[in-house]
Amino acid sequence: MKRKLLNAAIAALLIPAASIAFAQAKPAAVKISDGTVKIGVLTDMSGVYSDLGGQGSVTAARMAVDDYVAQHKPKFKVEMVYADHQNKADVGSNKVREWYDTQGVDMVTDVLNSGVALAVAKVTQEKNRIMINAGAASTRLTNEDCSPNTVHYVYDTYALAQGAKAVTKAGGDTWFFLTADYAFGTSLQADASKAVEAAGGKVLGAVRHPLNASDFSSFLLQAQASKAKVVGLANAGGDTINAIKAANEFGLTKKQSLMGLLTTIVDIHALGLATTQGMMFTEGFYWNLNDDTRAWSRRFFEKHKKMPSMLQAGTYSAVTTYLKAVQAAGTDEASAVMKKLKELPINDFFAKNGMIRIDGRMVHDMYLVQVKKPAESKEPWDYYNIKAVIPGNEAYQSLSLSRCPLVKK
Amino acid sequence: MSEIFGIPIQAFMGQLMLGLVNGSFYAMLSLGLAVIFGMLNIINFSHGALYMMGAFLAWMGLEYLGIGYWPALLLVPLVVGLFGIVVERSMLQWLYKLDHLYGLLLTFGLALMLEGLFTNIYGVSGQPYTIPEELSGAFNLGFMFLPKYRAWVIVASLGVCFATWFMIEKTRLGANLRAATENPQLTQAFGINVPLLVMLTYGFGAALAGFAGVLAAPVIQVSPLMGSHLIITVFAVVVIGGMGSILGSIITGLGLGVIEGLTRVFYPEASATVVFIIMAIVLMLRPAGLFGKEK
Repeated sequence: MKRKLLNAAIAALLIPAASIAFAQAKPAAVKISDGTVKIGVLTDMSGVYSDLGGQGSVTAARMAVDDYVAQHKPKFKVEMVYADHQNKADVGSNKVREWYDTQGVDMVTDVLNSGVALAVAKVTQEKNRIMINAGAASTRLTNEDCSPNTVHYVYDTYALAQGAKAVTKAGGDTWFFLTADYAFGTSLQADASKAVEAAGGKVLGAVRHPLNASDFSSFLLQAQASKAKVVGLANAGGDTINAIKAANEFGLTKKQSLMGLLTTIVDIHALGLATTQGMMFTEGFYWNLNDDTRAWSRRFFEKHKKMPSMLQAGTYSAVTTYLKAVQAAGTDEASAVMKKLKELPINDFFAKNGMIRIDGRMVHDMYLVQVKKPAESKEPWDYYNIKAVIPGNEAYQSLSLSRCPLVKK
Repeated sequence: MSEIFGIPIQAFMGQLMLGLVNGSFYAMLSLGLAVIFGMLNIINFSHGALYMMGAFLAWMGLEYLGIGYWPALLLVPLVVGLFGIVVERSMLQWLYKLDHLYGLLLTFGLALMLEGLFTNIYGVSGQPYTIPEELSGAFNLGFMFLPKYRAWVIVASLGVCFATWFMIEKTRLGANLRAATENPQLTQAFGINVPLLVMLTYGFGAALAGFAGVLAAPVIQVSPLMGSHLIITVFAVVVIGGMGSILGSIITGLGLGVIEGLTRVFYPEASATVVFIIMAIVLMLRPAGLFGKEK
């Protein structure tokens, strides 16, 4: 009796194991696994970055899938799933593992938050799928932690810092940084300091504030006392918003200028033009650039009721680019698709002549923008004057400086 | 220029002033918590959410109904207080006899729901609320440039704190309240309606949080997460001051604001933790808090 029970238990354990082995053997047999290309949008649905990506990224990815199927009528089916990683690396990597193992997901996108992105990159490489990251900032994704399965699509801290160069050259040659006290903030400050010094400027000092600091006045007083011409904000989201608000209240903006190092249209919308006018920063996308960007963004606005952030526009472009590569490769097998991704130039409303380099970096133009005065703004969301276009090869770190093992020197 | 501990005296005075402003918020919020804990024995975790709600109601009033800052300062605490009363009558009143943990869990859940609701509707980036016309601009104090609005925050919160202390410690109503906490049965036997007093107390505590929310709306972004960023520090303030001590929470609130402000100059990285270090030391030396009574 006991032995029977034991046998049954062993058999019960073996069946799922065997079926997993079978499932893993299957994709090699057919060109498109299960006849379906499945895309996962992993993002922050409810936390501090949910306005940057979140539901907007899910909407953008959904649009991309629908548009692609309608325009190109591919022979394979395209499906989409999404999940909230809660800005936790372990939650994100477990979700992605589950997607790869049990749901046949071929590609994940958005993946904002550098901590989550680095963890997801590891799982993606291990399972040989693709991550097209449209949300994270860390340059580590294409340097120390680069992988043959990662594409970094929209921006990174290096590109964001290039705006600092332009501002320095335009006369803002002394800087003081207000830095969020964690990996992202310090690396942003380091990249920006290099850019400032490369342009002949001087960094007078910096103060590190805790993440989610509720009050910035003390830090701003220190920035004021430094007499630096430019105060650089090496922080993001709510911290940037509250720092800008307090800077206005304390009259800092009368004598010094503010430069957000990761400021987006979401922050400007949240603060209003009266508070943010004159600020300069680097953006990867702006809806009101040309007819193409306007046309797409207005469609997005219809669905989401907000204009897209660069992350959301980038997510649309990333999904489209991926589907094109799958169609060109005739398979969803990761290395074949990646080969196509790195061959085909990207031309859509988001990027002109964008190229994915060997290290996974998608190189495209960035924009140095200045926030309009309230009187200059002609319609809602009409927020920026484009001060300069930073060409892709200047915006992104050159391959000769790369610390990525995939780059042969 | 003369210096204190290696920093110019001007900067030092400026930071002292800013510390007082932040301390005013701590004082007002911890006061509400202390009143609720002292009278109801409820650890009110939804206090941060009520504060956030106060700020949002002020913004909504302006955005949708055209209600300005000054009427909002009066109306919003009433609405938040009323909301508190509904919560107390419908949920909290069944928990007084149980362990503290149940009240804590209920109010924590409530806080999560409120934050989720506002996040869902307005997103996390929040909404801007401008400083009222009369209070924009700044005083030049010689050693610093103090925005008028921040000065008003100190005045308003000190006024409210003093009024609360006076009401609870020096009036007949306050005496009844304290009696009701000490011995509810006996107080009821004297013909005083204890459940009514308790209900009003919770409403009042909630209204204080709402008032702090309106005061904060012009200086920080009105966002669904503004309460949860602040509430843990405020709890530390209450613990340091002594759970339930009115005067304790006011004085510790202001004092810790100043200490935190100065930490931001000398060692900014520690400014988020300094309050908790003090809490640990106070708990070791005086487990009931600085102003608390040992039971």
